[in-house]
Amino acid sequence: MLKQTENIIEVSNLVKKFGNFTANDDLTFDVKQGEIFGFLGANGAGKTTTLKILSGLSYPTSGKVKVAGFDVYREREKVKKNIGYMSQKFSLYDDLTVKENIRFYGGIYGLPGKYIKEKTDELLRRLKMENIKDSLIKSLPLGWKQKIAFSVAIFHNPGIVFLDEPTGGVDPITRRDFWELIYEASYSGITVFVTTHYMDEAEYCDRVSIMDQGRIEAMDTPALLKKQYNAENMDEVFIRIARKQQL
Amino acid sequence: MNEIAVEAKGLKKTYEKVDAVKGVSFAIPKGELFGLIGPDGAGKTSIFRILTTLILPTEGKAEIFGNDVVKDYKKIRNNIGYMPQRFSLYQDLSVEENLNFFARVFGTSVQENYDLIKDIYIQIEPFKNRLAGKLSGGMKQKLALSCALIHSPDILILDEPTTGVDAVSRKEFWEMLIRLKQKGITIVVSTPYMDEANLCDRVALIQDGRIMKIDKPQNITNEFGRKLWAIKSENIYKLIQDLRQFEFIDTVYPFGEFIHITSKDNSMDINSLILLLKNNNHSKIEMLEVQPNIEDCFMELMNN
Repeated sequence: MLKQTENIIEVSNLVKKFGNFTANDDLTFDVKQGEIFGFLGANGAGKTTTLKILSGLSYPTSGKVKVAGFDVYREREKVKKNIGYMSQKFSLYDDLTVKENIRFYGGIYGLPGKYIKEKTDELLRRLKMENIKDSLIKSLPLGWKQKIAFSVAIFHNPGIVFLDEPTGGVDPITRRDFWELIYEASYSGITVFVTTHYMDEAEYCDRVSIMDQGRIEAMDTPALLKKQYNAENMDEVFIRIARKQQL
Repeated sequence: MNEIAVEAKGLKKTYEKVDAVKGVSFAIPKGELFGLIGPDGAGKTSIFRILTTLILPTEGKAEIFGNDVVKDYKKIRNNIGYMPQRFSLYQDLSVEENLNFFARVFGTSVQENYDLIKDIYIQIEPFKNRLAGKLSGGMKQKLALSCALIHSPDILILDEPTTGVDAVSRKEFWEMLIRLKQKGITIVVSTPYMDEANLCDRVALIQDGRIMKIDKPQNITNEFGRKLWAIKSENIYKLIQDLRQFEFIDTVYPFGEFIHITSKDNSMDINSLILLLKNNNHSKIEMLEVQPNIEDCFMELMNN
């Protein structure tokens, strides 16, 4: 795979505090252009806090954070323009049609009308959804919605897309179809930053980090992590790291 | 173990235009840990809400310990512990207040059945004065389970208790369920995580309102019916695309670091496939025959 060595995310000594509580405790990591980066951790480990900072929704307490070449303190509107975001909970408008949703998001990112129209046709063709373009989102199966939501999130050609538990609740075939879209995006050079509770999906990532209690406890390729923790699969690696604190 | 805890016959549930449950039958013996495994929209919650007497079936019948879910709903409600999918506790009551509330609603007290919940409750007792809404995901789950158990029901019905919960808390939760089963409680649990099927005595694989298969997990994987291979190379994305081009290959599904494949005539010349892939510029190819797991079987059944 063509992996450039340029960093699209650079984080050094990131700290985020809420009152006395330290949600992110001195995080340092880089993510490379085109990489699929798995961001794992137990509930409450601090993943959402980091995700909000990286997507320009929240300021760090201290530390340096650059996303797509922009500083999250001074250039956060530029950060927002150059990233895509999708979560299981919020992504599409149920009472708009497929086409309307695409036009809406294209408009938000300031894309020209003609460009939106052309790219929408191409996208619908690629997803094989031309015949449902005028259907309301709420009438579609969850798996289709997720595919549309992902395509919408990268519609403005961002350098990086953040996926917050994108595959919850779908059947195993649909979940795999979705991962093929992720591979495809990565192959075309888009960086994919993904959180998930499915540990088999962690194996699909080029690198993963595992967070616990606000700190990054491990970060490497799945193969090297398994070796380091002498584990059969990522599930074991995860359990060893996250349980260590409780023993 | 001959007594039947749950029996469903030809259950159907239709909401306006949507057929959520399309004729489902099963029987669960007393003391079993039974899993309903399937994705969102398969009909799991509708079945559970019929069993817990919260909605009426459109067609068919269901009984809990011989009591009919429509006629004898009052008897059933006293004898059932139910954990709905959405967090069911009072967010603005404390941990202890929630537990006392659920005990009193069922006309009992926390002291009376403390033995049953002790193992679980002891882990959240240090936070007994905290509001339920302020608990972490794993602790909420433990409190919800304690509340579902406090009236000492003969059967627990748990709707996706581990959805959205991290791998460590999931593992702990299943350890709790297995201890409760050892106390003789019948447990019916639904989950979208296929790997949890192996922790159940028997499972029903459900998709699109129909049960595709009911059996012991081991029997289901034994009956996969054909050979399965795992393969990987340095470039997984290209490998998926390339494998799909070969006429003799049937299914191609990524599975962790490997891709699982089947062939149309159920045979495979591993060496020549590897050579073929090498000629397509793949490197670091590894390939071996593997045993199918529940997820392989689920996908196979979906395709049939």
